[in-house]
Amino acid sequence: MSGVTDLVGRPREGAPHDPLDGEALARDEAARPAVRSPFRDLSAPEPRGERGRLGAGRLLSRVERRERRWSAGPVPARPASRSLLVALVLASATVVTLDLAADDGPVGAARAVVADVVGPLETATAAVVRPVTSLGEALTTRSELEDRVADLEAANAELRDQLAGAGIDQQRLAAYDALAASAGDLDRAVVPARVVGWGAAQTFTSTVTIDAGTDDGVVEDATVIATDGLVGRVLRADASTATVLLVTDAESTVGARVGSSGTLGFLSGTGEVGDGSALDLELVDATEVPDRGEEVLTWGSQDGAPYLAGIRIGRVTHVYSSVRDSSIRVEVAPSVDMTTLDVVGVVVPTGTDSARGLITGSLAQGSDR
Amino acid sequence: MSALRAVATGLAVLVALLLQVTVAPHVAWHGVVPDLVLLVVVAVALARGPNPAMVVGFAAGLLVDLAPPADHVAGRWALALVLVGYLAGRLRPDVRPTALSSLATVAGCAFVGASVVALTGLVLSDPAGVATGDLMLGVLVSVAWDVALTPLVLPPLLALLRRLETPERGTA
Repeated sequence: MSGVTDLVGRPREGAPHDPLDGEALARDEAARPAVRSPFRDLSAPEPRGERGRLGAGRLLSRVERRERRWSAGPVPARPASRSLLVALVLASATVVTLDLAADDGPVGAARAVVADVVGPLETATAAVVRPVTSLGEALTTRSELEDRVADLEAANAELRDQLAGAGIDQQRLAAYDALAASAGDLDRAVVPARVVGWGAAQTFTSTVTIDAGTDDGVVEDATVIATDGLVGRVLRADASTATVLLVTDAESTVGARVGSSGTLGFLSGTGEVGDGSALDLELVDATEVPDRGEEVLTWGSQDGAPYLAGIRIGRVTHVYSSVRDSSIRVEVAPSVDMTTLDVVGVVVPTGTDSARGLITGSLAQGSDR
Repeated sequence: MSALRAVATGLAVLVALLLQVTVAPHVAWHGVVPDLVLLVVVAVALARGPNPAMVVGFAAGLLVDLAPPADHVAGRWALALVLVGYLAGRLRPDVRPTALSSLATVAGCAFVGASVVALTGLVLSDPAGVATGDLMLGVLVSVAWDVALTPLVLPPLLALLRRLETPERGTA
């Protein structure tokens, strides 16, 4: 590079560069073939005096840099080795086989090791980028905010109306609550956690990483909730992080009870996370037809794992009935927006040993939050 | 020198993975995120040829397969990124490095990588019951992501790898 600078830079020596100076222009003409740049006119005004000498060199380096930007590098690569390719493809196939063969085989152990190393890094990264990523939520337009205020005022008025007539319901509810509390099997604690990592949709699994692990009392198959309702269950708990299977995952099935009628059914995810995400509800008794807008709650499992009873999952949005085989298909929209998950809670038994503060209270309060 | 190169490549893979898992989902389209790790493997292939790229691809793929919150059958991304490393390395000597050819290489590699991941999922039914339409859409969106991010990611990575290759020129 320095040799070229000398070659085209020398004629400029001493004379300050001026684009209107004929001699300078001629020299520029002379310099052009050496530089061979179509970008001559686009270059910044050249510095004068001492630094002007470097002008052509700088220009060349710009062109060169432009080409080198994408260049592969000076070292010629050795030809691809077929045997290495075959070996690595076979190694990948072996990993697949090992993972399919046993649940807690060597791959499970490797997952735990990687989770212990990468999990905390994910937590740290999420903490670093959170101010930036949460900016999107903070930046809403004024009209959007006005719309929201209007919506909220309307909702507020409606709720006030409901509240006025809710006295009797309230008393009944209090009675039920007392009953539930005396049964004593509902007191649970919630481990607060934040979502720090999301699985890519490319693999069609809806899983997230949360920053609480076995150190915080999180165990496998614990129910995970957010303020709006059910999120999913803990698939795997490592020391400081845990992997949560969302209810929208195609492999997730939740026992569900439809609102007022109490019809039982099974909710399965469709694997979609985006705006159109819906859950399919398969009813045990196909003659019961739920209404649109009915609440769907969890049915519950033995000992509250993987799912506790009575947690809100979502609302019935569509009911399709097929005349041909007299079956009905019910679509349920989850009440939790899975794309904007942040703070979630893992439901654990009270008295769990945890490195962070537990939120205690009856489950009824926990799920209503 | 080669230890330094290995460390730098490993760091690049790790950073790509962390960004892919923690940051990318905030800008994802229907959950489909850019495959930053795949871009790192392509960069290694372009800078150092197919053999190192295949090894880096295997290791990086395993990391993607095992790091939380991944729950798919492990080995799928490893297989995909080995093939990507091979393909990008084979394409390398044939093309003069221009912006367009690099973009084309990335597009081809991203398509092959995402397709291998999607097809292995289909074959292993992991998870079962994914519609083929969704599959195709996922592949195409991820290819679009990768191509869109190439101008931001590939030149700095190539510069880094070049610099590690020839320290005396890199400092000039």
